[in-house]
Amino acid sequence: MIDDDFVKSLLNGRDYLSFKHHEDCLTINCLPESLVDFTKHLRDEETFDLLVDLTAVDHGDGAEKRFSVVLHFYSLVHKSYLRIHVLCPDNEAPCIPSVSSVFPAANWHERETFDMFGINFLDHPNLKRILMWDDYPYFPLRKEFPLAGIEVPLPAADVAEVTGADVDPAPMMGGPFVASGNSRMSEAEPRAKDESWTEKSEKPL
Amino acid sequence: MSTTVKEVQIGDVGAQAASHSESAHMSLNVGPSHPTTHGVLRLLMELDGDLITRCEPVLGYLHRGDEKIAENMTYNQFVPYTDRLDYLAPLANNVAYAITVENLAGLKLPERCEAIRVLVCEMARISSHLLGMGVFGMDAGAWTPFMYTFTEREKLYTLFEELTGARFTTSYTRIGGVARDLPDGWLPKVEKFVNELPKAIDEVEKLLTRNRIFLDRTEGIGTISKEDAIAYGLTGPNLRASGVDLDLRKDKPYSGYEKYEFDVPIGSKGDCYDRYLVRIEEVRQSILIVKQVIASMPGGLWYAEDAKKIFAPPKEKIMTSMEELIQNFMIVTEGPQIPPGETYFEAENPKGALGFYLVSKGGGVPYRLKIRAPSFCNLSILEKLVPGHMLSDITVILGSLDFVMGECDR
Repeated sequence: MIDDDFVKSLLNGRDYLSFKHHEDCLTINCLPESLVDFTKHLRDEETFDLLVDLTAVDHGDGAEKRFSVVLHFYSLVHKSYLRIHVLCPDNEAPCIPSVSSVFPAANWHERETFDMFGINFLDHPNLKRILMWDDYPYFPLRKEFPLAGIEVPLPAADVAEVTGADVDPAPMMGGPFVASGNSRMSEAEPRAKDESWTEKSEKPL
Repeated sequence: MSTTVKEVQIGDVGAQAASHSESAHMSLNVGPSHPTTHGVLRLLMELDGDLITRCEPVLGYLHRGDEKIAENMTYNQFVPYTDRLDYLAPLANNVAYAITVENLAGLKLPERCEAIRVLVCEMARISSHLLGMGVFGMDAGAWTPFMYTFTEREKLYTLFEELTGARFTTSYTRIGGVARDLPDGWLPKVEKFVNELPKAIDEVEKLLTRNRIFLDRTEGIGTISKEDAIAYGLTGPNLRASGVDLDLRKDKPYSGYEKYEFDVPIGSKGDCYDRYLVRIEEVRQSILIVKQVIASMPGGLWYAEDAKKIFAPPKEKIMTSMEELIQNFMIVTEGPQIPPGETYFEAENPKGALGFYLVSKGGGVPYRLKIRAPSFCNLSILEKLVPGHMLSDITVILGSLDFVMGECDR
């Protein structure tokens, strides 16, 4: 049962924890340096052994501590969720310890959080991008990143060299339809190759 | 005439070449566009002969930035995007998203609305499992069962079309209700369908369940232990096949699931065959739930009446009454007003637990919406699961995990 006694016993003697709220599920703050030990305790002693989710929230540029990492656990015994908030200490190079040694499930979640927010997870076995490609320079879920995205060079430099474009070549490039002019393919409209006639100037006989 | 006989030795050219090669291992790339991968999953593997020694999944080929998009539109506008997560069960995705927002808004829904949602969720589960089972058979080399399951799924899609107006991307659920009431004469058609479905399932079972080839290819292959399944955060049929009794419909009932009687099938070994058996049984249990919902379908409204600033009023009132017109205008332009706070909700979807973590700072647009995709978590075990298997087992393992890349990459 997740009641006040449970919360009291969980917080007792752990000054790195603080109670946040208990609205949809028990939510506690945890200091980053004790996160690994505490999650181990949760798994082994408190039956919260299913890490269902790990993500981050960007509180915006003005916030004193900009990034917080949010972990959700589920207990098969209590049939209840538990949420941990961890505030990342550094706004410029946010970094917290990785829990993937305790929960293998965290491995991919942490890679995704790194990919989207640029939060570093210390001692992660394989911290590289997972959804975006490896050379991608931005962190798209940060608040300052625009919805429309920022154009970046293609990962395949040879393709970009031939096409002179930042987009993939069309499957029928050079085929029955060609992009007019020397402008970028993303801006030029494709036209039929022999289209020297229109509705107004009729096709010469 | 004399003949001369000359002895020549050809030998195995391949083996000769292999003996000259310095490395014993071969790198093999599967996907991203490959029939086995059910979408755009890419696997980088290292082979020792036919034995896989390393497997690294590469994701992101279907990444559309759904979470970023969610931060830039109103709550209602995001409903169609949830269709495109697990696009084999869009009806269930809508429900999971709507319940998340309703939890934060503190909305209580009328019984009829909850029953309709349970009904469409279970129909989505049947549809998703029918496809999953059929394709799994195909991955193991049995093409015929797919024809049976697809025929049944087609009937379901006709029913979906009648209910929602669309076959594939249905967007039926709204925050605070459903888009429209059930059409006249629709429930008897659903009942007829679920009455006939067990016969088709029986036929599929006759083709697969005791099929020698199918057994050889799936039994003892891709075994996931109970501990591993929990450690890697597996959910849904994949977790239950490993013997873990976790079904959110039973453990944390939502939308009135506690009113219906059904069993939760649990596997014993956690291999590919168990995952197939669990799905078959889940379809049968879903049929039972659908029948119970139809038998007990309550009357009343299909939207919450107190959802004034969230759910659009009836169209004829918008056209004739000033108050409703303003209300509709506010919902469309500013979005439904959701109080600040955070909430996490998981629904038992066909692929596993689909979770939404929603952070609101008030107003009509989510501050942060994290989508916890079951396929993403279910695939993370591949790195551990695949090594030690033969290359030909890859198709079976992937098929048995029954994932959707639309949801995995978001």
